[in-house]
Amino acid sequence: MQRYSVFSLVGRALFDHAGWEPAWRRATLKPTYDVVVIGGGGHGLATAYYLLANHGVRRVAVIEKGWVGGGNVGRNTTVFRSNYLLEENIRFYEHALKLWEGLTERLNFNLMVSQRGCLMLACSLGEMNALRRRGNMMRLAGTDAEYLSGDEVRREVPNVVGEDEGLWPIYGGLMQRRAGTIRHDAVAWGLARGASALGADIVEDCEVTDFLFEGERIAGVKTTRGDVSAGRVVLATAGSCTLLAKKAGVRLPIESHLLQAFVSEGLKPLVDTVIVWGGPGHFYISQSDKGGLVFGGDLDGYNSYAQRGNLPLVEDVISAGLGLMPNLSRVRLLRHWGGIMDMTMDGSPIIGAAPVDGLILNVGWCYGGFKAIPAGGWLAAHHAATGAPHELAPPFALDRFARGRLLDETGNGPVPNRQ
Amino acid sequence: MILISCPWCGTRDQTEFHYGGDATPVRPAPGDADEAAWFDYVHIRDNPRGPHRELWFHAFGCRQWLEVTRDTATHEVLATRFAGPAAASEGAAS
Ligand SMILES: Cc1cc2nc3c(=O)[nH]c(=O)nc-3n(C[C@H](O)[C@H](O)[C@H](O)COP(=O)(O)OP(=O)(O)OC[C@H]3O[C@@H](n4cnc5c(N)ncnc54)[C@H](O)[C@@H]3O)c2cc1C
Ligand SMILES: [Zn+2]
Repeated sequence: MQRYSVFSLVGRALFDHAGWEPAWRRATLKPTYDVVVIGGGGHGLATAYYLLANHGVRRVAVIEKGWVGGGNVGRNTTVFRSNYLLEENIRFYEHALKLWEGLTERLNFNLMVSQRGCLMLACSLGEMNALRRRGNMMRLAGTDAEYLSGDEVRREVPNVVGEDEGLWPIYGGLMQRRAGTIRHDAVAWGLARGASALGADIVEDCEVTDFLFEGERIAGVKTTRGDVSAGRVVLATAGSCTLLAKKAGVRLPIESHLLQAFVSEGLKPLVDTVIVWGGPGHFYISQSDKGGLVFGGDLDGYNSYAQRGNLPLVEDVISAGLGLMPNLSRVRLLRHWGGIMDMTMDGSPIIGAAPVDGLILNVGWCYGGFKAIPAGGWLAAHHAATGAPHELAPPFALDRFARGRLLDETGNGPVPNRQ
Repeated sequence: MILISCPWCGTRDQTEFHYGGDATPVRPAPGDADEAAWFDYVHIRDNPRGPHRELWFHAFGCRQWLEVTRDTATHEVLATRFAGPAAASEGAAS
């Protein structure tokens, strides 16, 4: 692997940038691996990276039906945070947050991790009490949470929450300063480069179509480029995991739903943190380094495998946005797009053994799986390498649904489109 | 915009409706104590890519529950009828 540094940049710049190698090897599929990871999104790539980096598993392949970065890992709004309500979730996302804090150096790839903070807003005493309860849970679980009054919020983000009492006067907020945004494409490319450098085969344009069985046990996969046998198989096909799981005989508590995101034209700095507003409408916003306002809101709300959204939700998100920030009313939208979210029945992911031997699940990432990438990969790699769950993993096991041990952050019950 | 043909009200925008989810799970009889059947009913979904039978409530129309068959890959609505036993679907056109 070519290491990147100031010196390598300057050196190559002097020679017209000749001699740069591709960031990762274009591998051809071999007939046998220790572990095959299905899906070259963030979770699949992180699983492969940690299989090699943490566990020294030698023969690892990531099989991707499209191209690295073409799935949700390149379609999200790049927010990372660990400001969850349930202890198991806080600990898990905090593990991810700590890994993000060192991953740029570790991968020698600039992920542009920006700890600009994440501020959740409350419009009433009731909402503020709910945020305080969340903040208390976060502090008890060992992460950072700060309570802001309405005036402190107005001082902190004057372009978002104006001085006047407005339509939705802001009562207060909950700030997590270590949260922020990360450049999502860099995550895909950096992990692919890191895993490939350690020896993983990253095979793009290759679809897994079925599993190979040895008796009751999964012993490999069938792909559009031939059969591959594997000691263990990790399923990391966010957005469409039920389709392949069904072929392994596994039925999952998951529905696929549509989530849209929006980017405005480039503006001068306006929002210097991540704002989350879950009040009368759902709206969250941050600003990219290019100046575009990046924002989103709720799911479209009906089962969908179409990677494109519908107009009613566009109106919904934008009217919520204008309710909070009337100063956006003349900003023009540059792009908007959709991705497929595998929504579980409790809104939390599924990590661990599938009820069929040889298969490990790293699925059900809902609309919050980007921030989880290093931790999801860490836990799935641990399970695939050692055959046992990592200490943070048991609450996320598939059997929690049957045991009634749900991790339902919103408290909405088994209604995936409302999680 | 998804257009849904309500047997009573005709073709209307999706915004008049409220989504009620997968129409295929069958609720076990109230006295049925089989945990596996309840688990399936509450949590497990087929989640097909393609035609999907699902419930929509015509909240800003006739306030009837409809069973809509819609393609989840294209969003095309393939059929509409009143929800419930097949007999109840004898209404207007689909
Ligand atoms: C609009 C939007 C905004 C979001 N915002 C945020 C956010 O701000 N913060 C956050 O934490 N999360 C966010 N998310 C969620 C997050 O993007 C996902 O949960 C996460 O990226 C999913 O994990 P992944 O990266 O592994 O998925 P993906 O990148 O989708 O990876 C799955 C891969 O599997 C491949 N695949 C599928 N089937 C097969 C097959 N049969 N064979 C081979 N390969 C296959 C796909 O091509 C795909 O590349 C957002 C999502 C969307 C759509
Ligand atoms: Zn009607």
